[in-house]
Amino acid sequence: MTGHSQHPGDEDLVLFFYGEPDGSGTVARHVESCEACQASLRALEQTLEVVDHHRVPDRDAAYGGEVWARVQARLERTAPGPRLPDWRAWFTPRQLVLAGGVAVLLVAAFFAGRYTSLPPAPQSASRSTPASPGGPFNAATRAQVVRDRVLLVAVGDHLERSQMVLIELMNRPSDGPIDISATQQWARDLVPNNRLIRETADQAGEHVVADVLDALERTLIEIANSPSELTQTEFEHVRQRIDGEGLVFKIRVLDSQVREREQTRVRAAVQTRS
Amino acid sequence: MDGSDAAVVAQVRAGDSEAFRVLVDRHARTIFRLACRMIGNEQDADDVVQETFLRAYRQIGRFESRANFGTWLYRIAVNCSLDLLRQRPRRVEEQPREDQEEPAADCEASASPERMTFSAEVQAKVSAALCDLSDAERAAFLLRHFEGQSIEEIGRALGLRTSATKHTVFRAVQKMRRALEPVLVSSADGRPRLSASARP
Repeated sequence: MTGHSQHPGDEDLVLFFYGEPDGSGTVARHVESCEACQASLRALEQTLEVVDHHRVPDRDAAYGGEVWARVQARLERTAPGPRLPDWRAWFTPRQLVLAGGVAVLLVAAFFAGRYTSLPPAPQSASRSTPASPGGPFNAATRAQVVRDRVLLVAVGDHLERSQMVLIELMNRPSDGPIDISATQQWARDLVPNNRLIRETADQAGEHVVADVLDALERTLIEIANSPSELTQTEFEHVRQRIDGEGLVFKIRVLDSQVREREQTRVRAAVQTRS
Repeated sequence: MDGSDAAVVAQVRAGDSEAFRVLVDRHARTIFRLACRMIGNEQDADDVVQETFLRAYRQIGRFESRANFGTWLYRIAVNCSLDLLRQRPRRVEEQPREDQEEPAADCEASASPERMTFSAEVQAKVSAALCDLSDAERAAFLLRHFEGQSIEEIGRALGLRTSATKHTVFRAVQKMRRALEPVLVSSADGRPRLSASARP
């Protein structure tokens, strides 16, 4: 409510018009007894009635079926089969093979900064007795640190390689037909790893990371499944997609975050050792 | 197939990918209308619909079963539309010529004299007014005005706080009023009518 006459502000009136509750019901009570505000609401209603008549083309009842057919075709083109939801996706034979070596470790590594932490360096002799370098606790910690670091490096490398694929495409001269067969093979190799990391990120609740990797994956698959020789128009389409989603930038940011996590863990390890 | 959206989503999540078709059938036309208003172009709207359901299918594991599936889909559709708008230069709808006939769809309303007055020019003015809104304003306005989404739901779809969402809807309404008021004139009973120039 604003103004000397206690009329609701314009914003309050608009929200009242749309039936948004104002908590205390002050606007509703005021409007009920205020002719000026009632007139304002009528004017608003009349103007917005014009908008109600704005029509857009409609689609017929068969539209849903057509959309589903196109979606299904794209799903089949981009994946061996419909992607299983939730945890089931982890237990297909293909995933098990791929996951065997790395998936579980990636959970620990990629999100190590969030879900695990190194024991703090001893602050003083009186608070704790430093464990002997050969003690079981320190040995396990060191092993964990090494493993996390190795895998953070692996994730960082994946992001770096992905960036290189995208940058290479972005910087290709586009006069005449463009042979992308080498880049395609590279993109194809990156897809399984990317899928594992994305699904791991998703499971770990890192949805922003998962979204970036999802966009990356779609682009890698599109590159991998394109004809090996592109026309200028097709090439421009791929380029616009990469450019439009700001993919290179997003991956660069993600990569630098992973590198930073890696550095943090190295520093923490050095501190612990000293 | 019967059943609520939530029940169908549960089936899809249980591995029955064909069940997703039911959700597409139920929501495709609504998403198309939203996309069409967001983008202002029929062909692009078809692309947005396709991309929306593709993303929904891929991300269905993230859908919270307590939430409303339609609202979740709106959110994806708005994001797809914004992605597309960012990728492509905005296509401004062509202003109709004075001698241009009304769109075919309007002819269906020939029985109603009031609807008859909404000429192609008014239609174009509304389109232009929508086009002049920022992407966030347009999304917020369309979700509120046409889809009846609450401020809270719009905020979730656009990633805005409640106060920012309210203000975005308000700004959109103000801009729409400014753009459309010249189309209306006050008549003797004080009720705005379409101005003569807007009539066919």
